[in-house]
Amino acid sequence: MIKVERRLQQPRWLSFVVPVGSVAIAFLIMAVVLVVTGHSPGHTYRRLFDAAFVGKAAWNDTITLATPILFTGLAAAIAFRMQLFNIGAEGQLYIGAITAAGIAIWLGPGQARTVTIIAMCACGAAGAALWALIPGVLKAFGRTNEIITTLMLNYVAGLLLTYMIFDSASPWRDLSTIQTRSFPQSVALKPSQFWPTLSPFDVVLPFGFLLALGVAVALYVLIRLTRFGFEMSVIGDSQRAARYSGMRTRRKILAVMAISGGIAGLGGASQVGDFSHVLDASPQGLQGANYGYTGIVVAALGRYNPFAVCLVGVLLGGLQNAGLFLQGADFPTGLVGVMQGIILFCTLGGELLIRYRLRLGRRAASAVETAPAAEAAP
Amino acid sequence: MAMRGITKRFPGVLANDAVDFEAAPGEVHALLGENGAGKSTLSNILIGLYQPDEGEIRLYGERVDFHSPSDAIEAGIGMVHQHFRLVPPFTVAENIILGEHREEARRFVVHPRQIEKRVAALGERYGLAVDPGARVWQLSVGEQQRVEILKALYREARILILDEPTAVLTPQEAEALFATLRAMAAEGRTVIFISHKLHEVKAVSDRVTVLRGGRAISTLPTADATPRELAALMVGRDVELARRVEREVPPGDEEALEVEALTVRGDRGEHSVRDVSFVVRSGEVVGVAGVAGNGQRELAETITGMRSPSHGRVLVHGRRTRLGDPRSAIRARVAHVPEDRLGTGVAPTLTIAENSVLKSYRGREVSRGPLLLWRVIRNQARQLIERYRVAAPGVDARARDLSGGNLQKLVLGREFAGTPQVLIAASPTRGLDVGAIETVHAYLREAAAGGVGVLLISEDLDEILALADRVVVMYEGQLTGEFDPATATVEEIGLAMAGGERS
Repeated sequence: MIKVERRLQQPRWLSFVVPVGSVAIAFLIMAVVLVVTGHSPGHTYRRLFDAAFVGKAAWNDTITLATPILFTGLAAAIAFRMQLFNIGAEGQLYIGAITAAGIAIWLGPGQARTVTIIAMCACGAAGAALWALIPGVLKAFGRTNEIITTLMLNYVAGLLLTYMIFDSASPWRDLSTIQTRSFPQSVALKPSQFWPTLSPFDVVLPFGFLLALGVAVALYVLIRLTRFGFEMSVIGDSQRAARYSGMRTRRKILAVMAISGGIAGLGGASQVGDFSHVLDASPQGLQGANYGYTGIVVAALGRYNPFAVCLVGVLLGGLQNAGLFLQGADFPTGLVGVMQGIILFCTLGGELLIRYRLRLGRRAASAVETAPAAEAAP
Repeated sequence: MAMRGITKRFPGVLANDAVDFEAAPGEVHALLGENGAGKSTLSNILIGLYQPDEGEIRLYGERVDFHSPSDAIEAGIGMVHQHFRLVPPFTVAENIILGEHREEARRFVVHPRQIEKRVAALGERYGLAVDPGARVWQLSVGEQQRVEILKALYREARILILDEPTAVLTPQEAEALFATLRAMAAEGRTVIFISHKLHEVKAVSDRVTVLRGGRAISTLPTADATPRELAALMVGRDVELARRVEREVPPGDEEALEVEALTVRGDRGEHSVRDVSFVVRSGEVVGVAGVAGNGQRELAETITGMRSPSHGRVLVHGRRTRLGDPRSAIRARVAHVPEDRLGTGVAPTLTIAENSVLKSYRGREVSRGPLLLWRVIRNQARQLIERYRVAAPGVDARARDLSGGNLQKLVLGREFAGTPQVLIAASPTRGLDVGAIETVHAYLREAAAGGVGVLLISEDLDEILALADRVVVMYEGQLTGEFDPATATVEEIGLAMAGGERS
């Protein structure tokens, strides 16, 4: 009989051993699946690793895929730290993409690139922050459950995005040619508006990736060194203690929602400026990628620590990149999904072992068995 | 129940050293000892929270190995913890069937009415009156304790352990609890009563085992020992039992705290404080006596700004505070030692250093612009734990890993660091051992001698009589009496606490 029990003490080494062990177990399980489906596990893993992390091209793709996850992961991490469960990074990212694309289209290609980038970042972050403030205000003043409101607003944001490109003649939509009138798409950014890249070690680092790392450093400083971060941790730990010490919990909820939303919004701006250069409302675009939800997984695996979130984000980007690379005639897409699923399942499931332990053993003797018959309970 | 040669080591501490302890069916057995003497460790081993490093436990002659509390519960051991293990939004009945897997509780569809009926019947049988349909967050601490006892009874615990159970009760309520415990023993149950209060041990137990420094010093029939002898066994030296100390510095006549016509609604919307007015002068200790749940908590929370009153004013040295705003009270230098130390007085998973600046983190000394100066904070915290003798591995230890006494020293130290004008202390020694109580009392006396107006809210009459210059009694939200502790008797005050005639 297996029992799950809460650990009274959580040894430190567990937080290292468990994730590593979980990944190892995931690869073991996957090896069985691969053998059954007629693939060589060794060969497949080798290809997987090479595709994600060996060579310049692999790293370029991994980082491209990791960038949006870093933003949404950081957005979730900062809010979750205060026990504020913002599940809405997904929708906040759409809104950030909409407002950032909007300002770029409105400014036009004539502006200096720096002006365009600053304007896109500011508008992307501000638009998404305002969007996140809707559930923030509801939470702070109406005590609504933010998990539900943020989640529901994701659908609203997604439909808004679809509406602007497919169902209306909004300023975002490109109506200049017959082709774009019958196959709707957004006004595309001009090359002079594209965000720059840096390539220090032969690896192409998009501006958005560096921006995300900057955000991580800023969050670390905010959490560890500032009064604001201190208030966040007190509120996250005990609302009553926060009230007792005179902290303004409502204001902090609003501020943290805005920061969290703003970071997700930067992710949306980066998608437009760095990569797609259009506001992609198609099902394969922003709405097909699930960046916001992946961010929640990244935040949880990184234990809400900004730097750990970045590391996990890059690893997960690598996994997605490898998946794209592997799939082909001999390796169906479905199998790639199975593999990614098993790895995520094992690592998240392993988290349980940090807080709980499993015990095999016989059932303890019960009161009825140990009590002498004469003294059985009255 | 027999525990033999129980040894338990924690890093750096030998918590239990070859302890032998046994209790028979039908007896109330007291476990007496100071905090840190190993009482909690021993009871935690018995209820399966810890496994002993050496030694064995036998129940009715059979050896048992508990790997988790659920094993112990299954074996018929129930525990009423000092910090209650209840789910506040659940009803009493729901809390009682939590984790329960027999009969009504096992059914797929739970019928609350049936369970409530059974709980009510149990309550009546043992004199544990509590509304089974009420939600736990609405109950007073004393009522919550009754829920914990009912929970153990509902599970047919044959061995019941109570950790410092009387701390939240009036003398009359404690008397009622003792009757309940004796009734349970008379049915053949074993009652283990953990306490450091000698007269209670004398009043309720048949035998007593004294623990000191992790060792069982002696087991003897309670009738054979005087309180003084027990105290000496417990502390290892002769001690003065709590008594009134005449003040060297008489209280001043300046009004430190004025409360005028305060009316406050409680959590259930009822008027828990009704038209209460009183004055605390600087350097004066005013004791508020009363049974838990008669509005004392709401009164303390209102004065310290944590709760908004529907009517009334609070003045500190003649200046009104903004009610419903803790920051205003903090600025007026109203220190607050809350009833709920862990969770309100400190943030439990944060460190000692972080908790030491819970109120002062906005100040100039510990911050620069938006940044906190952690080096300064840690140094201050180090000084604080040294000055108030908080036994802790260091300033980075988490607050919840501290014992009750050390936690209270930390809270007091932090509150005194703000040089208060007024101190609101709610049950400041609840659940502490003799040594820690002495220390806390000394700090309260010191504060009063230094001109702080102290409002001491306590359910412990001995404490109020030992410390207060003036005693007021609270009953159903109103002040029902004022006494001079030098002349009043426990009976008189007890009568006012029970709503008797006003003086």
